[in-house]
Amino acid sequence: MAKQRCAVIGVGQTKYESARKDVSIAGLVREAALRALADAGLGWDDIDAVVLGKAPDFFEGVMMPELILGEALGAVGKPMLRVHTAGSVGGSTAIVATSLIESGVHRRVLALGFEKQSDSNAMWALSLPSPFQTSINAGAGGYFAPIIRRYMAMSGAPELTGCNVVFKDRQHALKNPYAHLQQHDLTFESIVDAPMLWDPIRYSETCPSSDGACAVVLSDEDGAKAAPNPVAWVDATAMRSEANNFGGRNMVNPAASSMCAEELYRKAGVTNPRTDIDMAEIYVPFSWYEPMWLESLGFADKGEGWRLVEDGTTKLGGRMPVNASGGVLSSNPIGASGMVRFAEAALQVRGMAGDHQVEGARRALGHAYGGGAQYFAMWIVSATP
Amino acid sequence: MIDVAIVGYSVRQARELADNELELMAPLFETVRAETGLGPDRIDFTCSGSSDFLAGAAFSFVMSVDATRPVPPIVESHVEMDGAWALYEAWVKLQLGEAKTALVYGYGKSSPGSLRDVLATQLDPYVVAPLWPDALGLAGLQARAMLDAGDVTEQAMAEIAARSLADAESNPHAVRSGARDAEALLAEPLVHDPLRSHDIPERADGGAAVILATAEVARDVCSRPAWIRGIDHRMDVHHFGARDLRRAASAEIAAHAVGASADRLDVAELDAPFTHQEHLLTRAMGLDPDRTRISPSGGSLNGHVMMASGLVRIGEAAARIHRGEADRTLGHATSGPWLQQNLACVLEGE
Repeated sequence: MAKQRCAVIGVGQTKYESARKDVSIAGLVREAALRALADAGLGWDDIDAVVLGKAPDFFEGVMMPELILGEALGAVGKPMLRVHTAGSVGGSTAIVATSLIESGVHRRVLALGFEKQSDSNAMWALSLPSPFQTSINAGAGGYFAPIIRRYMAMSGAPELTGCNVVFKDRQHALKNPYAHLQQHDLTFESIVDAPMLWDPIRYSETCPSSDGACAVVLSDEDGAKAAPNPVAWVDATAMRSEANNFGGRNMVNPAASSMCAEELYRKAGVTNPRTDIDMAEIYVPFSWYEPMWLESLGFADKGEGWRLVEDGTTKLGGRMPVNASGGVLSSNPIGASGMVRFAEAALQVRGMAGDHQVEGARRALGHAYGGGAQYFAMWIVSATP
Repeated sequence: MIDVAIVGYSVRQARELADNELELMAPLFETVRAETGLGPDRIDFTCSGSSDFLAGAAFSFVMSVDATRPVPPIVESHVEMDGAWALYEAWVKLQLGEAKTALVYGYGKSSPGSLRDVLATQLDPYVVAPLWPDALGLAGLQARAMLDAGDVTEQAMAEIAARSLADAESNPHAVRSGARDAEALLAEPLVHDPLRSHDIPERADGGAAVILATAEVARDVCSRPAWIRGIDHRMDVHHFGARDLRRAASAEIAAHAVGASADRLDVAELDAPFTHQEHLLTRAMGLDPDRTRISPSGGSLNGHVMMASGLVRIGEAAARIHRGEADRTLGHATSGPWLQQNLACVLEGE
């Protein structure tokens, strides 16, 4: 059987916020799933299989939560998969679901990512002592700070490029009603003046912790043609992983990242991402990862990514807007954050992104990464099949 | 569908392994690579299953992936499920026609904790898990429901245990074995009424690695590939009181979908940690124990590796075909309390 076309025919998100005390985990995921089904014009019975993604189970203290969520997600009697690929999990989940359609195994699949950190204690979850390993007790920012420092030294980027990224993304978030941080009075100066958390990362340059869920309904070609709203065709997907530590590892631009992008572009027929892609939703949990990933993804030459930030290219209204939704810097439901990138890329090419719509977006990139910048998941979606 | 076969399988089980997860898996990869001649450069996709709750660390699989030698980077994915579901994801990936080979693995080291208590964290976190109902107690409730309804007898459960213990003698990876007759087992005391020791799985640390290949590779690297003729998995209701514990509807659907009982089946390796669950699954999946040998490896009962027991069952079912001991076999995996989620995989030799 030839590979089937796959399309996003529904997207559903919850409002992202610090603590969704009004719903259980089941209530949270169901809220996103119902919105995705409504967008797709489908009911639970129309779904063949469910793919659930989330980052570490310790964040809610529930081991393998797919078991308690089968009923809430209409999966009883159906196949249900549970993906976990660290921070890239939301993207990987969408990719696994896509493969279920492309392979012809299923016709319509619900993919959903979530995180409800407020139900547990994420710092506890990340601080469990491990035998034979020294904890640096520094959190993710502590891990990435020296890598960012290295990028700054190599590129000669101005010191405040990171602050510019944050200011841009938080402005974008004001146009996205689902975004967690809605900082109407935020000034560039207050970002610069924020306490230095992990030098060179200021507190203001980090992502928040959010509760939230994001769902997509994927369909084969027949289902896409019958969908009530515009659809986003999945042109290509790609995943790559590499080891955490090995001699000669390029931590600023990991080989897994550039190889993943190369495969993605080859499969999608993208010869020049700078002209062939209209917008990108890139996983940027710390401000400086925007210029770093812009280079790795081929949107800028090596050492030049910061220029796209400084000259406004990546702003809404710029030539290649990045994270029009506000990005991970404005909402970070970890297990869903990658899915949000993939879903927002789909919303853009469907022309359904509301106030943060990129005008004329026909082709968009969704990107996620995880681990110590080791796990990569990407897709390209298009308005036309 | 694209034909996919299991061409390599390796397993390790022990009551307690001093090795960490990376050290546990690395020798298994070497074995399946040597067996098939498929080195890291010839593996197109890698997929694994494991649980952070056993490793006691968030993102634990991030470290163990190093055992695959992912330099240069690999196309890789991970499920927080038994490795059997990683095998399913890999099978789907091979259906796309872009990859020809896949390395699949699952592992679990439950010895550092108390597994029966850890599993309580799989339950509803608001109204059930805070009571810490332990896994043996829950299994006992299911056995009691079956006994009271006359579905099974303690005698029948002891006979399953006796057969499994005897079978386990010929499996070097089993962590419990020894021929004993059912009467002697029944004379043992109840440890979790109505369960006796022989009804309860013997916990083990361990893991398994499997290599999948499409037709153009499989015949070159394996003298008798175990072709996947059907693979399906289903989810059941979770919440207490909402499910009939005497049935496993998800296993019924999965077994039917793969045509488990549609043709002769020489061997069925069932991931039935408890004796009453083997009885339940045999009926749910429409198997005839007179025509199909049930879990001749000694089963999950005599070596239960959390997160890998299902993949081990599929591997054992494939190995029977590799060795020419069977022509058509079934591998089964389960997850969750009371057999909540079930996967069935039918394999065939040529």
